[in-house]
Amino acid sequence: MPDNVVLHVSDVHKNFAGLHALSDIDLQVAEGQTHAIIGPNGAGKSTLLNVIVGRLAPSRGAVVFDGTVLTGRKPYEINQIGIARVFQTPEIFPDLTVLHNVMIPALSRRDGAFRLNMMRTLDSETAIRQEAEDVLADVGLYERRLAHAGALSRGDKRRMELAMCLIQKPRLLLLDEPTAGMSRHDTNTTIELLKKIKSRGMTKVIIEHDMHVVFSLADRISVLAGGRIIAEGMPDEVRGDPRVREAYLGGAH
Amino acid sequence: MNTILVTRNDLLLLLGFTIAVLAMPIWLQPFGAAYPDLMQRFAIYGIFAIGFNILFGLTGYLSFGHAAFFGVGSYAAVWSFKLLTMDAIPALVFAVLISGLFALLIGYVSLKRSGIYFSILTLAFAQMSYNLAYSVLTPITNGETGLQLTLADPRHLDQALGISSRSPALLGQPLLGYAGFYFCAGLLIVAFFIAQRITGSPFGMMLRAIKSNQTRMHYTGFNTRPYTLAAFVISGMYAGLAGALLAITDPLAGAERMQWAASGEVVLMTILGGVGTLVGPVIGAWIIKYFENIFSAFNEGILHRTFDFLPDGLEDAVVLVTSKFVGEGWHLTLGLVFVLIVVFLPGGIMEGVRRLVHWARRPAEPGRASPRPQPAE
Ligand SMILES: Nc1ncnc2c1ncn2[C@@H]1O[C@H](COP(=O)(O)OP(=O)(O)OP(=O)(O)O)[C@@H](O)[C@H]1O
Ligand SMILES: [Mg+2]
Repeated sequence: MPDNVVLHVSDVHKNFAGLHALSDIDLQVAEGQTHAIIGPNGAGKSTLLNVIVGRLAPSRGAVVFDGTVLTGRKPYEINQIGIARVFQTPEIFPDLTVLHNVMIPALSRRDGAFRLNMMRTLDSETAIRQEAEDVLADVGLYERRLAHAGALSRGDKRRMELAMCLIQKPRLLLLDEPTAGMSRHDTNTTIELLKKIKSRGMTKVIIEHDMHVVFSLADRISVLAGGRIIAEGMPDEVRGDPRVREAYLGGAH
Repeated sequence: MNTILVTRNDLLLLLGFTIAVLAMPIWLQPFGAAYPDLMQRFAIYGIFAIGFNILFGLTGYLSFGHAAFFGVGSYAAVWSFKLLTMDAIPALVFAVLISGLFALLIGYVSLKRSGIYFSILTLAFAQMSYNLAYSVLTPITNGETGLQLTLADPRHLDQALGISSRSPALLGQPLLGYAGFYFCAGLLIVAFFIAQRITGSPFGMMLRAIKSNQTRMHYTGFNTRPYTLAAFVISGMYAGLAGALLAITDPLAGAERMQWAASGEVVLMTILGGVGTLVGPVIGAWIIKYFENIFSAFNEGILHRTFDFLPDGLEDAVVLVTSKFVGEGWHLTLGLVFVLIVVFLPGGIMEGVRRLVHWARRPAEPGRASPRPQPAE
């Protein structure tokens, strides 16, 4: 195992009224790496992310990020530590414009969890706005910046949510199927974008069903099935693992 | 970095609003509503509704208990008259502070829940306040009689300054008639300006984001509780200010001001005018107060004169039906108007205005695709 581990999930269990959604999960992600989690539907992938970001408390075990114990902290505290997440079903502000959707996370990074900022207008936040427009240009949504976010297509919502996370410059980015619902072209653009971030050294955990995306981005892969990690390794090792073929790749493809 | 206090559009809106409010004695003439007493109430309930909208329209929390803060404001103002001075300024400051404190307490507990549970909690707290005002708190509220000025009031500050006048005043100028109206109107404009600043600020954007998707706010690093609590306290202070102004126009405070019906009224005002808009709640307040005043004053005599031109039998029938909608029954008219607005214009009167503007502009400027303002780059 590499010694620059930044995310450490140890011995995590999660039960839902008798259902073992996660059992005995150990996961270590090294700084700057892209760690993919794959597995069939209902394997517990999203549940694992929920435990990391504080949406769910694990029944047992702990999550540590760069020496800080995350378990027991509130979601907003975990975000302020530097962890941002793209959800499987986009969580956006549907009533606000695309630009405002992206400016809000930038304000969170600058002003912290709470600030009674009434002494200026939003329009005078030119630096924040400029930054938001740049990130929107990166994800290809600059032209749509004045549209209401609720009116975007599923794929565009996803790209906007990605922009909302990227503008925070998180140290750890969690992506739950970031390309689901996107066209082939948009998927490739997103892969390029995520590769570009990788060169900036952001650590990422990505859940993905699309093997093209997984093998383009991942440094390591963990395979989750029935709430357990059944295999872990470099992409080539995982591709060749017969258990993985049986549990996942074989069944799905 | 340069700090712009208000944008050009905001300034124009503020200017238009100021003119409309100050010119009330002129444009309300044809409606038969241009007398100080009623216009004063337009201003007072306008303030109440603007503040309520900061919580309901902007943040998305529907309170059914805001009359409690209105009532607390009235009591606090009357106590300031009794103990300190008949001057309006200490009364207002005292009322805003006390109602803010009261809102902090109730808001702190109620905001532990959201949606319908929040609404029920605020309703319960307001009803508790109402009942307490009639029972345990009688020494403060004077129970059913209501809190009034008496000859025995100490009024320490006035005493010390040798002032003996017993009507509310502003720096020696009695706030009666038009003076009272312009005082309230001035405060309505200030209240509007502050709400405008809040709406256009990053803080206001956070409130709107909370209304849109609170979950996303949490995962974006915001502690939403202090934001919602701030919105709650601000709107409680607005309600307290309005309650104090009502006590200034008539130095008397009764518990009925805290009743659920009064809380419901400000909800109606906001929805009628347009939830989440700046001007809408004020218009809603004006319409409801106008209806209350005009329609409740109608009686059968007036109706008989109005329908005099009809044949006798028909006249009686028409008067019988319409009389149910006026006088004591004006709430029925209000209810009908409310239902019509909500069904046909869910965005309230402001949505109607927007549609009209849109409709009027279309043939004139066919080339313009989007009426949205383009950002400066
Ligand atoms: N809040 C919850 N309460 C009860 N059961 C839950 C809850 N969340 C998830 N589960 C269950 O836990 C299991 C794992 O769900 P999870 O969403 O983590 O799967 P997943 O691997 O993300 O699947 P998919 O690929 O379909 O997104 C499922 O059986 C699901 O029904
Ligand atoms: Mg999932």
